[in-house]
Amino acid sequence: MAQDRPTAAELLAAIADFLREEATPALDRAEPRLGFQMRVAANSLAILEREARLGAGADAREHARLRVLLRRDGTLEDLNRELARQLRTGERDERDAGLMAHLDATIADKIAIANPRWR
Amino acid sequence: MIVHTTSESQIVAAALAHATSRHFGGTASIENLGQESGGASRQTWSFDATVNGECHGLILRRDPPLQGRPGGERSSALDRATEFRVIAAAWKAGVRAPEVLFEMQPEDGLGEAYVMRRVGGTAIARKLLRDPPYAAARGRVTGQLGEILARIHATDLATLPPLVTRQAADQIANLRQSLDQLGTPQPVLELSLSWLDRRKPPPIGRPLLVHGDYRTGNYLVDETGVTAILDWEGAHLGDPVEDLGWLCVKSWRFGAVDKPAGGFGSRAELWAAYERAGGAKVDPARAHWWEVLGTARWGIICHTQAWRHLSGAVKSMELASIGRRAVETEVDLLQLLKEGA
Repeated sequence: MAQDRPTAAELLAAIADFLREEATPALDRAEPRLGFQMRVAANSLAILEREARLGAGADAREHARLRVLLRRDGTLEDLNRELARQLRTGERDERDAGLMAHLDATIADKIAIANPRWR
Repeated sequence: MIVHTTSESQIVAAALAHATSRHFGGTASIENLGQESGGASRQTWSFDATVNGECHGLILRRDPPLQGRPGGERSSALDRATEFRVIAAAWKAGVRAPEVLFEMQPEDGLGEAYVMRRVGGTAIARKLLRDPPYAAARGRVTGQLGEILARIHATDLATLPPLVTRQAADQIANLRQSLDQLGTPQPVLELSLSWLDRRKPPPIGRPLLVHGDYRTGNYLVDETGVTAILDWEGAHLGDPVEDLGWLCVKSWRFGAVDKPAGGFGSRAELWAAYERAGGAKVDPARAHWWEVLGTARWGIICHTQAWRHLSGAVKSMELASIGRRAVETEVDLLQLLKEGA
C-alpha cells in the first residue's frame, strides 16, 4: 500500500527547509562549527529530495542506454562495470560518439540531483 | 575553534611550555591556546608564547599518537618530520612559507609535531573571493601565486629531505589503484585516465620540488595579498607543471568559474608571472593535461574521502557527503576532454 502524503520528496524538502531556515541560524549563534555541519546536512537532504523525485527515472534511462550501447543485458552495476572495463583497456574511447552521448546524458542526470547549480 | 575537555588542552599547553622554553632558552608562558581546525588526526593549534618579555605568535602542527594513519589518498602524505624539513628548505629558498621553528621531541608526548610562526591572513575562499577587505588583494593574488610557485620549483634539491618522485605515469597508476580499491565502476573517471594515459608527457629528466596541493584554500591572504603557502604534506619531486594544473582545477575557483587561476585570474596571467619569476616557459597543452589529471584526482579523492566514512574508519557526515561531490568533476572532465580533443 502506498504511503500517505507527504511523499518522500515532500517530507525531505520540508525537513531541509526547516534545518536551513530555522535550525542553522540558531546554531550559527550558539556554535558556528555545528552551524557549518548543519549546512552540510541540509544540503545533503536537498540532494535526497531531488533523488527521490528524479533518481528512478535517471537510473532507468541510464540502464536503457547502456543495454543499447553494450548490446547486452545485466544489472545497471554489471553494465557500468563492463563499460568501465572497456574504457580502461581502450576498447572504447572518446572518439565513440554513442559513448560520449551516453556519458553526457548520464552526467547531466547525476548533476541535476547532486548539484544543479554546478557549471 | 573546537571545545575540548580541559585535560587535552592542559596536556598540550604543558608540553608547549616545556618545549618552547627549551627552544627560546627562557621560561615560556603559554596563552590563548586553541585548536584551529578539526580532524582527529592532523591538528592545528594556535597559541602565544611569552619568553623573556617577548611575545611570539605560534602554531603547533600535530599528528596525535596512537592513531592509525588515515587511509586512501592520505597514505601518500608526508610525515611531520619530513614536512618540517621541506618547509624549512622552501623558506630558505625565499618561498613565502611559514617559518618553522622546532620539532617536538618524543618525550614531549604530543606525537609527531612541530612549531612554526603564525602568519596573518585567511585561507577561506568564500571570504577572499567576495568580501570587501580583500578587494585590492584579489587583483594581486594571481601574479603572486605565479611568482611564489616559480620560487618553490627553484628550491635547491640538495637542501631537501629524501622525497618520492612521481612522474605522470605514476600518477595515473596511483589513481587507477585508488579506483580499484573503491570497487564501484566509474566510467567517466576511467575514460579520463585512459585519455590521460594516451597523451601523457614523457618522464622528465630533472624532477623538481612540487608542492602537490597548491590551490585556493591552502594559502593565506590578507589585505595586501598572499602571506604564506600552507599544507605541504603532498610535496614530492616531479613535473612542476603539475602545480600549475592543480591550481586551475575548477573546484578551486569556488564559484568564480571564469577565473581559472584559483578563482582570481586567467591562466595567461598566472603563467606570465611564473615565467617572469624564473619558471620555465609553460606549454599550454602540458598545463591542460595536468589540469585534466588534477580534476580526475579530485574526483577520486571525493570518493576516497567518502570511503573513509563508509568503511567505518571515521564516522563523519561531512566526509560522507563529499562522495556526492565527485560528479562535479565528471561534468568538468567531459568538458575538458572536448576542449583538448
